[in-house]
Amino acid sequence: MNKISGYERKNGSYGIRNHVLVLPTVSCVNGVISRISREVPEAVCVTHAHGCGRGGPRDLQILFRILSGLVHNPNVAAVVLVGLGCEVSNTKNLFPLIQEAGKPVEIFNVQEDGGSLQTAKKGAAAARRLLAEVRTQPRVALPWDKVLVSMECGGSDAMSGVTANVAMGALSDWLVEKGATVIFGENTEMIGTAHVLARRAKNEQVAREIEQMIDRAEKLSKDIMGNLASLVISPGNMDGGMSTIAEKSMGCIFKGGTSTINQVVDYGEMPTEKGLILQDGPGYDGDSMAGLAASGSQLMFFSTGRGTPAGFPALPVIKVASNSRIYEAMKDDMDINAGSLVEGKPLAELCPEMIDLMIRVINGEKTKAEANGMEVFTFMTVHPPF
Amino acid sequence: MKDNILVIHPRDNVAVALRTLAVGEQATGKGIAGFPALEEIPASHKIALRDISAGEEIIKYGETVAVSTRHIKKGEWVHTHNLESQRWKK
Repeated sequence: MNKISGYERKNGSYGIRNHVLVLPTVSCVNGVISRISREVPEAVCVTHAHGCGRGGPRDLQILFRILSGLVHNPNVAAVVLVGLGCEVSNTKNLFPLIQEAGKPVEIFNVQEDGGSLQTAKKGAAAARRLLAEVRTQPRVALPWDKVLVSMECGGSDAMSGVTANVAMGALSDWLVEKGATVIFGENTEMIGTAHVLARRAKNEQVAREIEQMIDRAEKLSKDIMGNLASLVISPGNMDGGMSTIAEKSMGCIFKGGTSTINQVVDYGEMPTEKGLILQDGPGYDGDSMAGLAASGSQLMFFSTGRGTPAGFPALPVIKVASNSRIYEAMKDDMDINAGSLVEGKPLAELCPEMIDLMIRVINGEKTKAEANGMEVFTFMTVHPPF
Repeated sequence: MKDNILVIHPRDNVAVALRTLAVGEQATGKGIAGFPALEEIPASHKIALRDISAGEEIIKYGETVAVSTRHIKKGEWVHTHNLESQRWKK
């Protein structure tokens, strides 16, 4: 029953989608990407606000890691890379990083390829060519130990940590048991739970990394927000019944289940271990999703109580509503109603339904966000542009 | 009767109200014989599953999420008025 299939990549990873990604190196060429997108809607065309104007070492590391990470994502079969020419993350600088992925890549630069219209024309032709090429690739059996599922929560309400994240946690445990890898980030939403997570670390070193990560997140919150740092737990959270940051955070980390934590990876970094992995990434949904996708995740579960439709390019995102009201109100956006737990459905019944849907999605069924084209692509920076 | 509270972890000394409970209403959940709510418990807020002494840990998700600031009776509403955070105390 649990047979899953995917597309084998040259580097040994497996995609559950076979997308042609059209990616700009810098925001200056976003218009070119939009033109390609109108001409070749089957391609996954993403735009972003980055690529130049930030010079700090950490921002450069993130910029290159996220752009190349998206190319490396197993769901991407081939790439059209569109550059400008004079930007920091230009195609020459990016190429060595994306070459390692072993995927067909076609590269264009607006300053060398005849301006925006000509580049769009060439890029669209390349996208069509690559689409025809990847269409012939067959699906093959996909081993569970090649599956990396990410767990995300956003637009949370008081029930997120009670229904949806508890159900996702049970699913995380099931996946780890199967030999798959589960990753979640959002370090600001781990504040107050360092002792809980560190206790579950596979060894002393991982425990220390967990504590340091959460310490940094807490310090950063205080540095940036000052006296308002306590608003990381907001009046709205309290109205919803969460009394402390530790209580709120427990509800967040529950989505990763209860397994041993085998590794802490940096934002957008690919894990080298299996099982449960933590990512040192921000709580903001869009930025967090990019980090998890760049880490090689092929599939994401995303719980929401207030209701966000956000998906991610090239990555099926399964939306889990934490309450029946938002599930009904945003039916076109929600895949699963964990609010049913409140109406008496046992977790032992909901969890197999989620597994069943997950398997169908892995095997090709589109999630609501995927079918609706609700992709968001943005990523973290640490400094303002200059 | 349908459950109206949810106990997340067996170690917990509080449960989550699945809907707003009226004063005197029987709180029922899995493995929990009904006991009366001593005051109104707003939906998704916490109700004490047993008497909790002053200074005792509030356990939810099987973990300490706060410390009580006074004696809390079984069936009372548990929130910022009778507990405090162990961090970011103001």
